[in-house]
Amino acid sequence: MSNRRFSSVLKLSILSVVLAFTGSVSADPVKAAFVYIGPTGDHGWTFAHDQGAKYVKEKMGDDVVITTVESVEENSDSERVITSLARKNDIIFTTSFGYMNPTVKVAKRYPDVKFEHATGYMLEDNLSVYSARFYEGRHVIGKIAGRMTKSNVIGYIASFPIPEVIRGINSAYLAAKSVNPDVSMKIVWVYTWYDPGKEADAANALIAQGADILMQHTDSTAPITVAEEKGIYAFGQASNMREWGPNAQLTGIIDDWGPYYLARVQAVKDGTWTSSDTFDGVKQGMVKFAPMNNNMPVDVRNEAMKAIIDLSMGAIHPFTGPINKQDGTPWLAEGETPPNFPDLLTMDFYVEGIDSKYPN
Amino acid sequence: MIKLIPRAENSKAMIILSPIIALTLTALSAFVIFLFILDDIAVSSVFFTLFAEPLLDSYYFSELLVKAAPLMIIGLGLSIGFRAGIWNIGAEGQYVMGAVAGGAVGLYFYNVEGFWLLPLMAIAGIIGGMLYASIAAYLRIKYQVNEILVTLMLTYVAVLFLQAMLQGPLRNPSGFNFPESRMFHDSAMLPIIWEGTRLHIGLIVAILLSILAWFGIKKHMFGMQIKITGSAPRAAKFAGFDDNKTVWYSLLISGGLAGLAGLFEASGPAGQLTPGLPQFYGFTAIIVAFLARLHPVGILFSALLIALSYVGGENVQIDYNLPSSITQIFQGMLLFYFLACDILIKYKVVLFKKNN
Repeated sequence: MSNRRFSSVLKLSILSVVLAFTGSVSADPVKAAFVYIGPTGDHGWTFAHDQGAKYVKEKMGDDVVITTVESVEENSDSERVITSLARKNDIIFTTSFGYMNPTVKVAKRYPDVKFEHATGYMLEDNLSVYSARFYEGRHVIGKIAGRMTKSNVIGYIASFPIPEVIRGINSAYLAAKSVNPDVSMKIVWVYTWYDPGKEADAANALIAQGADILMQHTDSTAPITVAEEKGIYAFGQASNMREWGPNAQLTGIIDDWGPYYLARVQAVKDGTWTSSDTFDGVKQGMVKFAPMNNNMPVDVRNEAMKAIIDLSMGAIHPFTGPINKQDGTPWLAEGETPPNFPDLLTMDFYVEGIDSKYPN
Repeated sequence: MIKLIPRAENSKAMIILSPIIALTLTALSAFVIFLFILDDIAVSSVFFTLFAEPLLDSYYFSELLVKAAPLMIIGLGLSIGFRAGIWNIGAEGQYVMGAVAGGAVGLYFYNVEGFWLLPLMAIAGIIGGMLYASIAAYLRIKYQVNEILVTLMLTYVAVLFLQAMLQGPLRNPSGFNFPESRMFHDSAMLPIIWEGTRLHIGLIVAILLSILAWFGIKKHMFGMQIKITGSAPRAAKFAGFDDNKTVWYSLLISGGLAGLAGLFEASGPAGQLTPGLPQFYGFTAIIVAFLARLHPVGILFSALLIALSYVGGENVQIDYNLPSSITQIFQGMLLFYFLACDILIKYKVVLFKKNN
């Protein structure tokens, strides 16, 4: 009996020695690469992804080698950049929607490399997609905006009419309306993710139409700078923009990709990576908030904090029925919440009450 | 004080040598810049990645040719107008319109197989580019509106038109409303001429066009006409050359070729229409044309050189984490030194005292 046990211990230890040797593959650092749409800079979408990459490096140290490529255009060049990276890396994060088809093409050619595409919808065995429930953030700033506006007009600078942006508009509007029935929303489409000039023009146009609080689904700090100059309010986008609007920024929606990136890179190192579809929000910590500005009344701040806590516990959903579509047709019945697919992921309509033509 | 005095005769040797001198000076300047910005990376290895790897590695070489093909096609078209003094600065817009027109044909016949589809798309692309450039030709002839302004401004209109089309009629019906077209089906995709790469038939077309342009300029009356119109407009008038014809031909040829290049990009490397399709090929091709001194065969080489700066610049960014502006700095220096050399070929520098 004891002999047998001894032999099994021996076997185990031999096994572990063998494992230690064969496992030397995983002792090599994981090579992870990130493809960015813009410069890393000091704010906005790409900055937030780069913070995530830095977080992975900070946590994994010598176990990871990180390569980042910035300002990669969403055209045929991106396929070459992704291919170059696939030749030298274990996992590649492509962090903009426009990289979807190039990422799919390269993923098919490099089946041993893992790919992760942000905000898209195409999955492969070696290609995951991930995105954040930014509309949960919009719910919180919508409540604040509804309370803080004096003119009852919220200005919204929108980028492209894709589901993610539409979700944000609808969520912010419903939240604002829930605390202020008189509120209305003006929307300007700038058809860019980043263009300080156009964004500033849009901000000024909205202010001229009576808006005294701005929301943006674009990346530059121009709108918040305009808001600061004009003495009105705004919200940071993707990262804390306090610096550009110390009085104007009431709070900001912060994208925190770090923990997700760490988990995915670690999974490659552990050999446990599988293709997955992630859509996380406040609850999982992927959507966070910049500190609340002290110039907000305490009750408004408390209401916002309560919404954040409720979201983080999963106690509320920004889209809870009854909600009608803009044309009056019913969408969600009393107490109903929408599924991810198709309602949230393909959203292509305004909710009832938004006084603006749907772009088409 | 420094004064530039025209030389009586330009040195033949220097005309051939000047591109090489410009290239050498660019490399030297790059070397000095790298010495300053690189901390613990050998300058030689960065140089290898920037200039040699794209030529030695078969994948990067194929990509270099992919990148060069549209520059060649657009550059050839532009060079003809530039010879005649017709400044089409908006090839980018004609490129976009060609891609939209040709791409729309491909999407209209979605999943219809047939050898005829690609030629039809190419013709639509050429016509799209031509029609767009003809706006500038018409306005110039009818109202003496400067074609530089018209073509440039229409570029922005073309980009907005592409976006509008991708929000509307050309949008992928099963693409969750994202502003992209469907992926083209096989019959609408360009044949690949190097298996396993993205190198498509556009390169062969570019080389054929270069030979055609060379013949046209050397042997054909039209070549003579644009040359004289460009260098001696009054003489051209006396010779009875029709000025309007030159404007029309110049803009139609450059617009048509830019449109063809746009269609090739959409149905080649991109495989679909996306808002990212305009990628400054139309503007970069201006540099390409001038680096080659508007010579149709030279354009093939200058396009390769500019493509090298793109692919190499991208690789040093990936391998050494250098800023993406390296490529633009390199292209800027190259053009600067080249123009400086040209000035010194045509003029001599004379120093003289101010109070003379």
